[in-house]
Amino acid sequence: MTLLHHIGKYALLLKRAFARPEKHKVYYIRLIREMEILGLNSVGIVVIISFFMGAVITIQTAYNTENPLFPTYLIGLAARDSILLEFSSTIVALILAGKVGSNIASELGTMRVTEQIDALEIMGVNSAGYLILPKILGLMILAPFLSALSMIVGLFGGWISGTAAGVISTPDYIYGIQFAFIPFYITYSLIKSVIFAFIITTVSSYHGYYTSGGALEVGRSSTLAVVHSSVVILLFNLILTHVMLS
Amino acid sequence: MIEVRDINKSFEDLHVLKDVSVNFQQGKTNLIIGKSGSGKTVLLKCIVGLLEVDSGDIFYSEQCFTSMNNKEKKQIRQKFGMLFQGAALFDSLTVEENVRFKLDMFTRMTESEKTARVNFCLSRVNLENKNLLLPSELSGGMKKRVAIARAIVLNPRYLFCDEPNSGLDPQTAILIDRLIKDITEEFNMTTIVNTHDLNSVMEIGDKVVFIHEGSKWWEGTSKEILESDNTELNNFVFATSLVRQLKKQDDI
Repeated sequence: MTLLHHIGKYALLLKRAFARPEKHKVYYIRLIREMEILGLNSVGIVVIISFFMGAVITIQTAYNTENPLFPTYLIGLAARDSILLEFSSTIVALILAGKVGSNIASELGTMRVTEQIDALEIMGVNSAGYLILPKILGLMILAPFLSALSMIVGLFGGWISGTAAGVISTPDYIYGIQFAFIPFYITYSLIKSVIFAFIITTVSSYHGYYTSGGALEVGRSSTLAVVHSSVVILLFNLILTHVMLS
Repeated sequence: MIEVRDINKSFEDLHVLKDVSVNFQQGKTNLIIGKSGSGKTVLLKCIVGLLEVDSGDIFYSEQCFTSMNNKEKKQIRQKFGMLFQGAALFDSLTVEENVRFKLDMFTRMTESEKTARVNFCLSRVNLENKNLLLPSELSGGMKKRVAIARAIVLNPRYLFCDEPNSGLDPQTAILIDRLIKDITEEFNMTTIVNTHDLNSVMEIGDKVVFIHEGSKWWEGTSKEILESDNTELNNFVFATSLVRQLKKQDDI
Protein backbone atom coordinates (compact mmCIF):
# COMPACT_ATOMS: atom_id res chain seq x y z
CA MET A 1 0.00 0.00 0.00
CA THR A 2 2.82 2.38 0.86
CA LEU A 3 4.48 1.72 -2.50
CA LEU A 4 1.20 2.35 -4.33
CA HIS A 5 0.72 5.54 -2.32
CA HIS A 6 4.17 6.77 -3.38
CA ILE A 7 3.61 5.81 -7.02
CA GLY A 8 0.29 7.68 -7.03
CA LYS A 9 1.82 10.74 -5.40
CA TYR A 10 4.75 10.60 -7.86
CA ALA A 11 2.32 10.45 -10.82
CA LEU A 12 0.36 13.45 -9.49
CA LEU A 13 3.57 15.41 -9.03
CA LEU A 14 4.55 14.66 -12.63
CA LYS A 15 1.12 15.79 -13.81
CA ARG A 16 1.70 19.11 -12.04
CA ALA A 17 5.26 19.35 -13.33
CA PHE A 18 4.09 18.96 -16.94
CA ALA A 19 1.24 21.48 -16.61
CA ARG A 20 1.22 24.49 -18.93
CA PRO A 21 3.94 26.97 -17.89
CA GLU A 22 2.80 30.40 -16.66
CA LYS A 23 5.38 32.10 -18.87
CA HIS A 24 7.46 30.23 -21.42
CA LYS A 25 10.32 32.73 -21.40
CA VAL A 26 10.92 32.31 -17.65
CA TYR A 27 10.88 28.52 -18.01
CA TYR A 28 13.25 28.70 -20.98
CA ILE A 29 15.78 30.69 -18.94
CA ARG A 30 15.52 28.14 -16.15
CA LEU A 31 15.96 25.30 -18.66
CA ILE A 32 19.24 26.77 -19.89
CA ARG A 33 20.41 27.23 -16.29
CA GLU A 34 19.51 23.63 -15.39
CA MET A 35 21.26 22.30 -18.49
CA GLU A 36 24.38 23.98 -17.24
CA ILE A 37 24.03 22.88 -13.61
CA LEU A 38 22.93 19.30 -14.20
CA GLY A 39 24.49 18.52 -17.58
CA LEU A 40 27.55 20.61 -18.33
CA ASN A 41 28.78 20.50 -14.74
CA SER A 42 28.74 16.69 -14.97
CA VAL A 43 31.08 16.53 -17.97
CA GLY A 44 34.18 16.34 -15.76
CA ILE A 45 33.07 13.37 -13.70
CA VAL A 46 31.74 11.57 -16.79
CA VAL A 47 35.08 12.00 -18.57
CA ILE A 48 37.14 10.78 -15.60
CA ILE A 49 34.95 7.77 -14.87
CA SER A 50 34.59 6.79 -18.53
CA PHE A 51 38.34 6.97 -19.13
CA PHE A 52 39.21 4.69 -16.21
CA MET A 53 36.23 2.44 -16.92
CA GLY A 54 37.42 1.87 -20.49
CA ALA A 55 40.98 1.37 -19.28
CA VAL A 56 40.04 -1.23 -16.67
CA ILE A 57 37.68 -3.14 -19.00
CA THR A 58 40.42 -3.48 -21.62
CA ILE A 59 43.05 -4.69 -19.14
CA GLN A 60 40.63 -7.02 -17.33
CA THR A 61 39.54 -8.56 -20.64
CA ALA A 62 43.14 -8.99 -21.71
CA TYR A 63 44.23 -10.67 -18.46
CA ASN A 64 41.24 -13.01 -18.46
CA THR A 65 41.65 -14.14 -22.06
CA GLU A 66 45.31 -15.06 -22.20
CA ASN A 67 44.96 -17.83 -24.72
CA PRO A 68 46.92 -18.31 -27.96
CA LEU A 69 43.66 -19.31 -29.71
CA PHE A 70 42.02 -16.05 -28.73
CA PRO A 71 42.84 -13.26 -31.21
CA THR A 72 43.92 -10.09 -29.39
CA TYR A 73 41.67 -7.82 -31.45
CA LEU A 74 38.75 -9.42 -29.55
CA ILE A 75 39.91 -7.46 -26.49
CA GLY A 76 38.93 -4.28 -28.36
CA LEU A 77 35.63 -5.83 -29.40
CA ALA A 78 34.79 -6.85 -25.81
CA ALA A 79 35.72 -3.41 -24.49
CA ARG A 80 33.62 -1.69 -27.19
CA ASP A 81 30.51 -3.79 -26.53
CA SER A 82 30.80 -3.43 -22.76
CA ILE A 83 31.19 0.34 -23.04
CA LEU A 84 28.46 0.85 -25.64
CA LEU A 85 25.89 -1.52 -24.19
CA GLU A 86 26.21 -0.95 -20.48
CA PHE A 87 28.88 1.34 -19.14
CA SER A 88 28.23 4.55 -21.09
CA SER A 89 24.53 4.51 -20.28
CA THR A 90 23.87 2.49 -17.13
CA ILE A 91 27.03 3.10 -15.12
CA VAL A 92 27.13 6.77 -16.10
CA ALA A 93 23.45 7.01 -15.10
CA LEU A 94 24.24 5.48 -11.71
CA ILE A 95 27.06 7.97 -11.23
CA LEU A 96 24.74 10.81 -12.24
CA ALA A 97 22.09 9.50 -9.85
CA GLY A 98 24.65 10.09 -7.11
CA LYS A 99 25.80 13.50 -8.27
CA VAL A 100 22.72 15.02 -9.91
CA GLY A 101 20.12 13.13 -7.86
CA SER A 102 21.46 14.25 -4.51
CA ASN A 103 21.88 17.78 -5.86
CA ILE A 104 18.23 17.96 -6.96
CA ALA A 105 16.83 16.38 -3.79
CA SER A 106 18.85 18.58 -1.46
CA GLU A 107 18.05 21.73 -3.45
CA LEU A 108 14.30 21.09 -3.48
CA GLY A 109 14.35 19.75 0.09
CA THR A 110 16.05 22.89 1.35
CA MET A 111 13.59 25.04 -0.59
CA ARG A 112 10.75 23.10 1.02
CA VAL A 113 11.96 23.40 4.62
CA THR A 114 12.85 27.08 4.21
CA GLU A 115 9.35 27.76 2.82
CA GLN A 116 10.63 28.87 -0.60
CA ILE A 117 8.25 26.41 -2.29
CA ASP A 118 5.37 27.78 -0.20
CA ALA A 119 6.41 31.27 -1.30
CA LEU A 120 6.10 30.21 -4.95
CA GLU A 121 2.66 28.72 -4.33
CA ILE A 122 1.49 31.87 -2.54
CA MET A 123 2.58 33.92 -5.55
CA GLY A 124 0.32 31.81 -7.75
CA VAL A 125 3.19 29.96 -9.42
CA ASN A 126 2.96 26.23 -10.12
CA SER A 127 5.99 25.34 -8.00
CA ALA A 128 6.26 21.79 -9.36
CA GLY A 129 6.31 23.02 -12.94
CA TYR A 130 8.66 25.92 -12.29
CA LEU A 131 11.19 23.90 -10.28
CA ILE A 132 10.99 20.38 -11.70
CA LEU A 133 10.15 20.61 -15.41
CA PRO A 134 13.36 22.48 -16.39
CA LYS A 135 15.41 19.88 -14.50
CA ILE A 136 13.72 16.97 -16.29
CA LEU A 137 14.07 18.51 -19.74
CA GLY A 138 17.57 19.84 -19.05
CA LEU A 139 19.05 16.48 -18.17
CA MET A 140 17.04 14.58 -20.81
CA ILE A 141 18.42 16.89 -23.50
CA LEU A 142 22.02 16.59 -22.36
CA ALA A 143 22.07 12.92 -21.28
CA PRO A 144 22.63 11.53 -24.82
CA PHE A 145 25.57 13.88 -25.27
CA LEU A 146 27.06 12.78 -21.96
CA SER A 147 26.52 9.17 -22.98
CA ALA A 148 28.16 9.71 -26.39
CA LEU A 149 31.06 11.51 -24.69
CA SER A 150 31.40 8.57 -22.30
CA MET A 151 31.60 6.13 -25.25
CA ILE A 152 34.36 8.11 -26.95
CA VAL A 153 36.39 8.68 -23.78
CA GLY A 154 35.88 5.05 -22.66
CA LEU A 155 37.20 3.67 -25.94
CA PHE A 156 40.09 6.13 -25.78
CA GLY A 157 40.89 5.04 -22.22
CA GLY A 158 40.87 1.40 -23.33
CA TRP A 159 43.29 2.13 -26.15
CA ILE A 160 45.68 4.12 -23.90
CA SER A 161 45.74 1.52 -21.13
CA GLY A 162 45.84 -1.48 -23.49
CA THR A 163 48.78 -0.19 -25.46
CA ALA A 164 50.58 1.20 -22.39
CA ALA A 165 50.29 -2.15 -20.59
CA GLY A 166 51.39 -3.95 -23.76
CA VAL A 167 48.34 -6.24 -23.85
CA ILE A 168 47.15 -5.11 -27.30
CA SER A 169 48.63 -3.21 -30.21
CA THR A 170 47.02 -0.11 -31.68
CA PRO A 171 46.07 -1.77 -35.03
CA ASP A 172 44.52 -4.75 -33.18
CA TYR A 173 42.55 -2.47 -30.85
CA ILE A 174 41.24 -0.33 -33.72
CA TYR A 175 40.37 -3.44 -35.75
CA GLY A 176 38.65 -4.91 -32.65
CA ILE A 177 36.45 -1.91 -31.96
CA GLN A 178 35.35 -1.89 -35.63
CA PHE A 179 34.83 -5.64 -35.89
CA ALA A 180 31.20 -6.86 -36.17
CA PHE A 181 29.98 -3.43 -35.23
CA ILE A 182 26.20 -3.07 -34.80
CA PRO A 183 25.23 0.64 -35.06
CA PHE A 184 21.95 -0.01 -33.22
CA TYR A 185 23.95 -0.45 -30.03
CA ILE A 186 24.62 3.29 -30.02
CA THR A 187 20.93 4.09 -30.55
CA TYR A 188 20.05 1.64 -27.79
CA SER A 189 22.51 3.27 -25.41
CA LEU A 190 21.34 6.81 -26.19
CA ILE A 191 17.67 5.86 -25.71
CA LYS A 192 18.55 4.30 -22.37
CA SER A 193 20.41 7.42 -21.28
CA VAL A 194 17.36 9.61 -21.99
CA ILE A 195 15.08 7.30 -20.00
CA PHE A 196 17.56 7.12 -17.13
CA ALA A 197 17.80 10.93 -17.11
CA PHE A 198 14.03 11.08 -16.72
CA ILE A 199 14.20 8.58 -13.84
CA ILE A 200 17.01 10.43 -12.03
CA THR A 201 15.38 13.84 -12.23
CA THR A 202 11.82 12.79 -11.43
CA VAL A 203 12.60 10.36 -8.58
CA SER A 204 15.01 12.83 -6.99
CA SER A 205 12.59 15.72 -7.44
CA TYR A 206 9.86 13.64 -5.81
CA HIS A 207 11.99 13.03 -2.72
CA GLY A 208 13.15 16.64 -2.52
CA TYR A 209 9.75 18.21 -3.17
CA TYR A 210 8.01 16.24 -0.44
CA THR A 211 10.68 16.73 2.22
CA SER A 212 9.25 17.73 5.58
CA GLY A 213 11.10 18.69 8.73
CA GLY A 214 14.57 20.18 8.84
CA ALA A 215 18.19 19.67 7.82
CA LEU A 216 18.19 16.03 8.91
CA GLU A 217 15.26 15.23 6.64
CA VAL A 218 16.91 17.04 3.73
CA GLY A 219 19.90 14.70 4.09
CA ARG A 220 17.58 11.72 4.35
CA SER A 221 15.70 12.78 1.19
CA SER A 222 18.98 13.17 -0.61
CA THR A 223 20.06 9.65 0.34
CA LEU A 224 16.69 8.16 -0.59
CA ALA A 225 16.79 9.97 -3.92
CA VAL A 226 20.10 8.33 -4.82
CA VAL A 227 19.10 4.88 -3.59
CA HIS A 228 15.68 4.83 -5.23
CA SER A 229 16.92 6.36 -8.49
CA SER A 230 19.65 3.70 -8.67
CA VAL A 231 17.21 0.84 -8.00
CA VAL A 232 14.73 2.12 -10.60
CA ILE A 233 17.56 2.60 -13.14
CA LEU A 234 18.69 -1.00 -12.67
CA LEU A 235 15.12 -2.26 -12.96
CA PHE A 236 14.50 -0.30 -16.16
CA ASN A 237 17.89 -1.36 -17.51
CA LEU A 238 16.70 -4.94 -17.30
CA ILE A 239 13.35 -4.15 -18.90
CA LEU A 240 14.86 -2.03 -21.69
CA THR A 241 17.54 -4.59 -22.44
CA HIS A 242 14.90 -7.27 -22.77
CA VAL A 243 12.58 -5.11 -24.86
CA MET A 244 15.17 -3.54 -27.18
CA LEU A 245 17.70 -6.31 -27.68
CA SER A 246 15.55 -9.44 -27.68
CA MET B 1 -11.85 42.11 3.52
CA ILE B 2 -11.17 38.50 4.46
CA GLU B 3 -13.81 36.49 6.24
CA VAL B 4 -13.10 33.19 7.95
CA ARG B 5 -16.25 31.23 8.74
CA ASP B 6 -16.39 28.23 11.10
CA ILE B 7 -13.17 26.58 9.95
CA ASN B 8 -11.92 23.35 11.41
CA LYS B 9 -8.59 21.67 10.80
CA SER B 10 -7.25 18.41 12.18
CA PHE B 11 -4.02 16.48 11.74
CA GLU B 12 -4.99 12.83 12.27
CA ASP B 13 -6.35 12.80 15.86
CA LEU B 14 -5.15 16.28 16.73
CA HIS B 15 -7.92 18.89 16.36
CA VAL B 16 -5.90 22.06 15.78
CA LEU B 17 -8.56 24.60 14.72
CA LYS B 18 -12.04 24.49 16.23
CA ASP B 19 -14.85 26.47 14.60
CA VAL B 20 -12.79 29.62 14.10
CA SER B 21 -14.67 32.59 12.65
CA VAL B 22 -13.06 36.01 12.15
CA ASN B 23 -13.41 39.08 9.92
CA PHE B 24 -10.20 40.75 8.88
CA GLN B 25 -10.70 44.36 7.86
CA GLN B 26 -9.39 46.12 4.76
CA GLY B 27 -6.83 48.88 5.24
CA LYS B 28 -6.13 47.61 8.76
CA THR B 29 -3.35 45.60 10.35
CA ASN B 30 -5.07 42.53 11.77
CA LEU B 31 -3.03 40.54 14.27
CA ILE B 32 -3.41 36.90 15.22
CA ILE B 33 -1.78 36.28 18.58
CA GLY B 34 -1.43 33.23 20.78
CA LYS B 35 1.04 30.93 22.48
CA SER B 36 3.30 28.62 20.47
CA GLY B 37 1.24 25.62 19.41
CA SER B 38 -2.08 27.44 19.76
CA GLY B 39 -2.86 27.03 16.06
CA LYS B 40 -2.21 30.53 14.74
CA THR B 41 0.24 29.42 12.04
CA VAL B 42 -2.17 26.69 10.94
CA LEU B 43 -4.92 29.33 10.76
CA LEU B 44 -2.75 31.57 8.59
CA LYS B 45 -1.78 28.65 6.34
CA CYS B 46 -5.46 27.73 5.96
CA ILE B 47 -6.32 31.32 5.05
CA VAL B 48 -3.72 31.45 2.26
CA GLY B 49 -4.56 27.93 1.09
CA LEU B 50 -1.28 26.21 1.97
CA LEU B 51 -3.40 23.87 4.10
CA GLU B 52 -6.88 22.71 3.19
CA VAL B 53 -9.55 23.15 5.82
CA ASP B 54 -11.62 20.16 6.95
CA SER B 55 -14.77 22.26 7.12
CA GLY B 56 -15.79 25.90 6.98
CA ASP B 57 -15.21 28.64 4.42
CA ILE B 58 -12.83 31.49 3.70
CA PHE B 59 -14.01 34.50 1.69
CA TYR B 60 -11.86 37.06 -0.08
CA SER B 61 -14.02 40.12 -0.79
CA GLU B 62 -17.07 37.83 -0.68
CA GLN B 63 -15.55 35.30 -3.10
CA CYS B 64 -15.44 31.84 -1.53
CA PHE B 65 -11.78 30.77 -1.65
CA THR B 66 -12.37 27.26 -0.30
CA SER B 67 -14.69 26.30 -3.16
CA MET B 68 -12.45 27.71 -5.92
CA ASN B 69 -10.69 25.39 -8.37
CA ASN B 70 -6.90 25.46 -8.70
CA LYS B 71 -6.95 27.92 -11.60
CA GLU B 72 -9.14 30.38 -9.68
CA LYS B 73 -6.97 29.97 -6.59
CA LYS B 74 -3.86 30.72 -8.63
CA GLN B 75 -5.48 33.88 -9.97
CA ILE B 76 -6.50 35.19 -6.57
CA ARG B 77 -3.08 34.32 -5.15
CA GLN B 78 -1.54 36.78 -7.56
CA LYS B 79 -3.17 39.42 -5.34
CA PHE B 80 -1.40 38.00 -2.28
CA GLY B 81 1.84 39.13 -0.75
CA MET B 82 3.41 37.08 2.00
CA LEU B 83 6.23 37.63 4.41
CA PHE B 84 7.44 34.32 5.80
CA GLN B 85 9.06 33.76 9.16
CA GLY B 86 12.48 33.08 7.60
CA ALA B 87 11.83 35.51 4.69
CA ALA B 88 11.89 32.59 2.18
CA LEU B 89 13.94 34.49 -0.36
CA PHE B 90 15.10 32.42 -3.32
CA ASP B 91 18.71 31.54 -2.45
CA SER B 92 20.00 31.39 -6.00
CA LEU B 93 18.57 34.78 -7.02
CA THR B 94 19.90 38.24 -6.21
CA VAL B 95 17.87 40.81 -4.28
CA GLU B 96 16.73 42.39 -7.55
CA GLU B 97 15.80 39.03 -9.12
CA ASN B 98 13.84 38.09 -6.00
CA VAL B 99 11.83 41.31 -6.10
CA ARG B 100 11.23 41.25 -9.84
CA PHE B 101 10.24 37.56 -9.87
CA LYS B 102 6.49 38.23 -9.97
CA LEU B 103 6.96 40.94 -12.60
CA ASP B 104 8.80 38.47 -14.85
CA MET B 105 6.20 35.81 -14.24
CA PHE B 106 2.93 37.70 -14.46
CA THR B 107 3.39 40.98 -16.31
CA ARG B 108 4.29 42.20 -19.77
CA MET B 109 6.27 45.16 -18.49
CA THR B 110 9.39 46.25 -20.34
CA GLU B 111 12.81 45.75 -18.75
CA SER B 112 13.09 49.43 -17.84
CA GLU B 113 9.62 49.45 -16.28
CA LYS B 114 10.48 46.37 -14.23
CA THR B 115 13.75 47.89 -13.06
CA ALA B 116 11.99 51.10 -12.08
CA ARG B 117 9.35 49.17 -10.12
CA VAL B 118 11.98 47.05 -8.35
CA ASN B 119 13.98 50.13 -7.41
CA PHE B 120 10.83 51.83 -6.12
CA CYS B 121 9.95 48.83 -3.93
CA LEU B 122 13.51 48.53 -2.61
CA SER B 123 13.63 52.23 -1.82
CA ARG B 124 10.27 51.89 -0.05
CA VAL B 125 11.92 49.45 2.36
CA ASN B 126 15.13 51.54 2.56
CA LEU B 127 17.27 49.10 0.62
CA GLU B 128 18.63 51.19 -2.22
CA ASN B 129 21.74 49.92 -4.05
CA LYS B 130 21.49 46.40 -2.67
CA ASN B 131 20.15 44.98 -5.95
CA LEU B 132 23.04 42.70 -6.74
CA LEU B 133 23.51 41.09 -3.32
CA LEU B 134 22.53 37.49 -2.70
CA PRO B 135 20.26 36.56 0.25
CA SER B 136 23.25 34.92 1.96
CA GLU B 137 24.94 38.34 2.06
CA LEU B 138 22.05 40.02 3.91
CA SER B 139 21.30 40.39 7.61
CA GLY B 140 18.04 39.00 9.08
CA GLY B 141 16.36 42.41 9.04
CA MET B 142 17.46 43.11 5.47
CA LYS B 143 16.09 39.74 4.34
CA LYS B 144 12.72 40.61 5.89
CA ARG B 145 12.75 43.96 4.12
CA VAL B 146 13.56 42.36 0.77
CA ALA B 147 10.71 39.93 1.41
CA ILE B 148 8.38 42.89 2.04
CA ALA B 149 9.58 44.53 -1.18
CA ARG B 150 8.92 41.26 -3.03
CA ALA B 151 5.47 41.02 -1.44
CA ILE B 152 4.36 44.51 -2.50
CA VAL B 153 5.87 44.56 -6.00
CA LEU B 154 2.54 43.78 -7.70
CA ASN B 155 0.43 46.00 -5.42
CA PRO B 156 -1.24 43.13 -3.56
CA ARG B 157 -4.68 43.45 -2.01
CA TYR B 158 -3.83 41.08 0.81
CA LEU B 159 -0.63 40.91 2.85
CA PHE B 160 0.17 38.02 5.17
CA CYS B 161 3.04 38.05 7.64
CA ASP B 162 4.06 35.00 9.61
CA GLU B 163 6.04 36.03 12.70
CA PRO B 164 7.74 38.96 10.95
CA ASN B 165 9.83 39.84 14.01
CA SER B 166 11.19 36.45 14.92
CA GLY B 167 14.97 36.45 15.23
CA LEU B 168 15.26 40.24 15.02
CA ASP B 169 16.63 42.70 17.58
CA PRO B 170 14.01 45.03 19.14
CA GLN B 171 14.99 48.06 17.05
CA THR B 172 14.83 46.18 13.74
CA ALA B 173 11.59 44.53 14.84
CA ILE B 174 10.00 47.96 15.39
CA LEU B 175 11.28 49.05 11.98
CA ILE B 176 9.65 46.04 10.30
CA ASP B 177 6.41 46.58 12.25
CA ARG B 178 6.20 50.22 11.20
CA LEU B 179 6.95 49.27 7.61
CA ILE B 180 4.10 46.75 7.59
CA LYS B 181 1.72 49.27 9.12
CA ASP B 182 2.71 52.07 6.71
CA ILE B 183 2.46 49.85 3.66
CA THR B 184 -0.93 48.53 4.75
CA GLU B 185 -2.33 52.04 4.99
CA GLU B 186 -0.55 53.31 1.88
CA PHE B 187 -1.84 50.51 -0.38
CA ASN B 188 -5.15 50.00 1.51
CA MET B 189 -4.43 46.28 1.90
CA THR B 190 -5.99 43.71 4.18
CA THR B 191 -3.04 42.69 6.30
CA ILE B 192 -2.92 39.71 8.64
CA VAL B 193 0.10 39.39 10.92
CA ASN B 194 0.72 36.26 12.92
CA THR B 195 2.80 37.10 15.98
CA HIS B 196 3.42 36.52 19.65
CA ASP B 197 5.38 39.75 20.03
CA LEU B 198 3.45 42.04 22.38
CA ASN B 199 5.37 45.03 21.18
CA SER B 200 3.91 44.46 17.70
CA VAL B 201 0.46 44.16 19.21
CA MET B 202 0.73 47.55 20.87
CA GLU B 203 2.54 49.22 17.95
CA ILE B 204 0.54 48.14 14.92
CA GLY B 205 -2.50 46.10 15.99
CA ASP B 206 -5.66 47.72 14.63
CA LYS B 207 -7.51 44.52 15.35
CA VAL B 208 -6.24 41.66 17.51
CA VAL B 209 -7.50 38.08 17.53
CA PHE B 210 -6.35 35.83 20.36
CA ILE B 211 -6.21 32.11 19.54
CA HIS B 212 -6.03 29.65 22.42
CA GLU B 213 -6.03 25.86 22.03
CA GLY B 214 -7.32 26.15 18.46
CA SER B 215 -10.28 28.40 19.25
CA LYS B 216 -10.84 32.10 18.95
CA TRP B 217 -10.73 33.17 22.58
CA TRP B 218 -10.92 36.92 22.28
CA GLU B 219 -10.92 39.74 19.71
CA GLY B 220 -10.68 43.49 20.02
CA THR B 221 -8.30 46.40 19.55
CA SER B 222 -4.80 46.76 20.98
CA LYS B 223 -6.13 49.29 23.51
CA GLU B 224 -8.83 46.93 24.73
CA ILE B 225 -6.33 44.12 25.25
CA LEU B 226 -4.90 45.62 28.46
CA GLU B 227 -8.34 46.10 29.96
CA SER B 228 -9.70 42.68 29.14
CA ASP B 229 -10.75 40.38 31.98
CA ASN B 230 -10.23 37.28 29.87
CA THR B 231 -8.03 35.02 32.03
CA GLU B 232 -6.23 33.20 29.22
CA LEU B 233 -5.55 36.44 27.39
CA ASN B 234 -4.24 38.05 30.55
CA ASN B 235 -2.00 35.06 31.23
CA PHE B 236 -0.57 35.47 27.73
CA VAL B 237 -0.27 39.26 27.72
CA PHE B 238 1.08 39.61 31.26
CA ALA B 239 3.41 36.64 31.12
CA THR B 240 6.56 38.70 31.62
CA SER B 241 7.36 40.48 34.87
CA LEU B 242 8.14 43.69 32.98
CA VAL B 243 4.63 43.92 31.53
CA ARG B 244 3.13 43.00 34.91
CA GLN B 245 5.07 45.83 36.57
CA LEU B 246 3.98 48.27 33.88
CA LYS B 247 0.37 47.19 34.41
CA LYS B 248 0.70 47.70 38.19
CA GLN B 249 2.16 51.19 37.68
CA ASP B 250 -0.62 51.96 35.23
CA ASP B 251 -3.27 50.80 37.75
CA ILE B 252 -1.74 52.91 40.52
